[in-house]
Amino acid sequence: MSSSQIPALNALPGPHSVARTVLDNGLVLLVRENRAAPVVTLQGSLSAGAQDEPANRAGLAAFTAAMLSRGSLHHDYSAFNEAVESVGGNLTFGADTHSTDFSLACLSEDFAGLVAVLADALRQPHFADEHVERVRQQRLVYIQERDQDTSSVASLHFHEMLYGRHHPYGRSTSGYLDTIGALTHNEVVEFHRGFYTPTSAAIVIAGDISAGAAKDLVERYFGDWRGPAPAPAAAAPRFLAVGKRDVVKMPGKVQSDLVIGAPGIARDHPDFYALRVANAILGQFGMMGRLGERVREEQGLAYYAYSGITAERAGGVWMAAAGVNPAHVEQAAASILAEFTALGSELVSPEELADSQAFLTGILPLTLETNDGVANALLGMEWYHLGLDYLQRYYDLIYSVTAEDVLRVAATYLSPERCCTVIAGPSSDGASDNSDN
Amino acid sequence: MTSKRSTATVATLDNGLEIILKPGHAAPVASFWIFYRVGSRNETPGLTGLSHWVEHMLFKGTARYPHGDFDRAVSRAGGMFNGMTWQDWTVYFETLPADRIALAIDVESDRMANAIFDPEETELERTVILSEREGSENNYFYRLQEDVQATAYTAHPYRHPVIGWKVDLHEITREDLYNHYRTYYTPSNAIAVATGDFDAAAMLDAITKQFGGLVSGPKPPVVRAREPEQQVERRVQLRGEDPTATYLQVFHTPAAKHPDFFPLVVLDSVLGGAKGMGLFGGSANNRSNRLYRTLVESQLAVDASSSYGPSVDPTLFSFSVTLAPATAHEAVEEAIWEMIGEVQRNGVTAAELARAIQQTKAQFAYSSESVTNQAYWLGFSEVVADLDWLDNWMARLAAVTSADVQRVAHHYLQPDRQTVGWYIPL
Repeated sequence: MSSSQIPALNALPGPHSVARTVLDNGLVLLVRENRAAPVVTLQGSLSAGAQDEPANRAGLAAFTAAMLSRGSLHHDYSAFNEAVESVGGNLTFGADTHSTDFSLACLSEDFAGLVAVLADALRQPHFADEHVERVRQQRLVYIQERDQDTSSVASLHFHEMLYGRHHPYGRSTSGYLDTIGALTHNEVVEFHRGFYTPTSAAIVIAGDISAGAAKDLVERYFGDWRGPAPAPAAAAPRFLAVGKRDVVKMPGKVQSDLVIGAPGIARDHPDFYALRVANAILGQFGMMGRLGERVREEQGLAYYAYSGITAERAGGVWMAAAGVNPAHVEQAAASILAEFTALGSELVSPEELADSQAFLTGILPLTLETNDGVANALLGMEWYHLGLDYLQRYYDLIYSVTAEDVLRVAATYLSPERCCTVIAGPSSDGASDNSDN
Repeated sequence: MTSKRSTATVATLDNGLEIILKPGHAAPVASFWIFYRVGSRNETPGLTGLSHWVEHMLFKGTARYPHGDFDRAVSRAGGMFNGMTWQDWTVYFETLPADRIALAIDVESDRMANAIFDPEETELERTVILSEREGSENNYFYRLQEDVQATAYTAHPYRHPVIGWKVDLHEITREDLYNHYRTYYTPSNAIAVATGDFDAAAMLDAITKQFGGLVSGPKPPVVRAREPEQQVERRVQLRGEDPTATYLQVFHTPAAKHPDFFPLVVLDSVLGGAKGMGLFGGSANNRSNRLYRTLVESQLAVDASSSYGPSVDPTLFSFSVTLAPATAHEAVEEAIWEMIGEVQRNGVTAAELARAIQQTKAQFAYSSESVTNQAYWLGFSEVVADLDWLDNWMARLAAVTSADVQRVAHHYLQPDRQTVGWYIPL
């Protein structure tokens, strides 16, 4: 199917309905006006992330982001809380491997006031000692809870097995008990000073506001911001393990979580769309694709079984996950690997391919229903340099993937000898213990 | 025959099916929901978890949509779907590009009457549901919450978990499930809700055509269980391997249609902060409320929340806390009672009342962006109360006074009406 056969391409956000501005300091602003409800959403990202922290300070970027809502030059801690909560707004900060992200949603009447709060928090945070200690205490307990969650533990061990903690893709962006315990007030201050910058930052505004008014606001609060040149993106990771298997025993647990997968690709890799279609067939379409059908529906082994891809600036993973009774772990793992093999050795039927292509393109109106959905899509387009006409081109990108492409990427990336397996759960699996945990 | 309410068009078919329609043309999408007035509330000891298991079986096929056909058809159409079971309701929905919403109406009318409940599929689903339950059991707070609930209630079926007790999940038969389905899945026990980009008259025609021919069915049995008034404090202590201590405290409070419902909503908001109106959402910024200041700012805890939701029968008002490492449960309990005592003595401030209103206004505006959220609110409101109750939400909230909040805090938050659960790391 070509794009000429798709109705309503102009209904999707694109060059005709999104205003793009680059400020003098390099910050990119995208605005999409939508008057349907009296609300506005703002989402943005800076190029400062876990890739910029040393491995022995894992979690520093996320910690710094968590500190932004704890007081800044013009809004101390209680003023920040009052400004946001008295109007029922949401204003949050977080950090990922390559980015520090922020998100604001509120009634349109409150938007200008909260953009001022956001800018102050990003540009002139206080980092009060007292709050560093409070945030540390909260995050240490959060990490302690995460380390009791079987699916989080399986996923963390999987990434660590693939890349090692020295690479940002191999470690937790939230950090660990020892790295969060060790970081200092000064390291937070220095992280902000060294990496927060408008250059290559992006802000998207969607909702009940004109492009002109949005631009004026962003100019007013961010226009005179100057910062350091962004750090270069992390080097592509070298993967450490192929065909490895690990079992993490967790006392007191009832069910095991299982992760099986392999290194994938970066977002700008030419195979990206083939992976996206292949993954939909494998572990997304309908009731979680072929994996859901074989593992859950046909054998009743798991409440959930699916697959997913992450594709970041420097690399990614392709993995399947399932939650299963310890007695069924081996059967579930074998079934998942058998589906990997099948996808890489037998061509998918034209019907199965067309189904997943129809799903991946047909779902666009749903994902773009709300201002949040639109802002999220536009931010991704800017972040990965996909162009304002990306949604108009998306149909062709998905429909250009062939059955041969699906077979090739599955055979290349998910060959069983390449795959790593991590099982986290009760100690009755019968498998050997993991001594390095 | 239809009538117009301020938020929606409503109609009732001859077979008893209630219909709620709310067109909106902001985005080219539509959502279709069927609510059944059945949930764990309608279950009896020995057969707990039936409603949830039946919900799973409705994804296992009919003659017209054999196993797998339905979910493939919705995905192919660019839609999303799910089923959910709660104490008071079981619900199925599809959200689709607006020009494909007929698929949802076709599927839901078909499986209201024609689900197969194949014996082999029933057995396969037993292990899937056990796996779902065991996934939850990995979390000690889940286990604590299950035991606190079973302790707080002595007679009412809200005492058992929606997913069911494990012993029952091992014993329930295909016949038990099918009987439950035939008893409760009738047009007269259901509500159809459509929201989004459609014409109301055409939508009503389409629903009438698909559902009108279904047989009304007998009236389902009435739930007669009433929870006796709690007169003694109850306590639960759970010990386990997880090093993070948690705390859960619950009080018996009235149902959605009780006059004290809205004062209690304000109390919940003042104590525990704004609540999201999304399906799964809460508000991310919640640090100026009394509970957070009492427990988290004082560094007794790292997280604290309160909860009070609309239900058919009297329900629980709860406080949930994740303790800071050095904190004793006694200290949390004492601080919460001090906080409650303050409201009981002095009520709440005008600023707190104004904030509760403003936060709710914002939540209604956010929720109006999503046809899926709108349909959910319309449908569950009709199950637990009625549409007028939803229409008047803001007005009734705005009418709540400090004295009202003080009175309900005094009446319901009493030591003899509480059940307290401590999760204590070994």
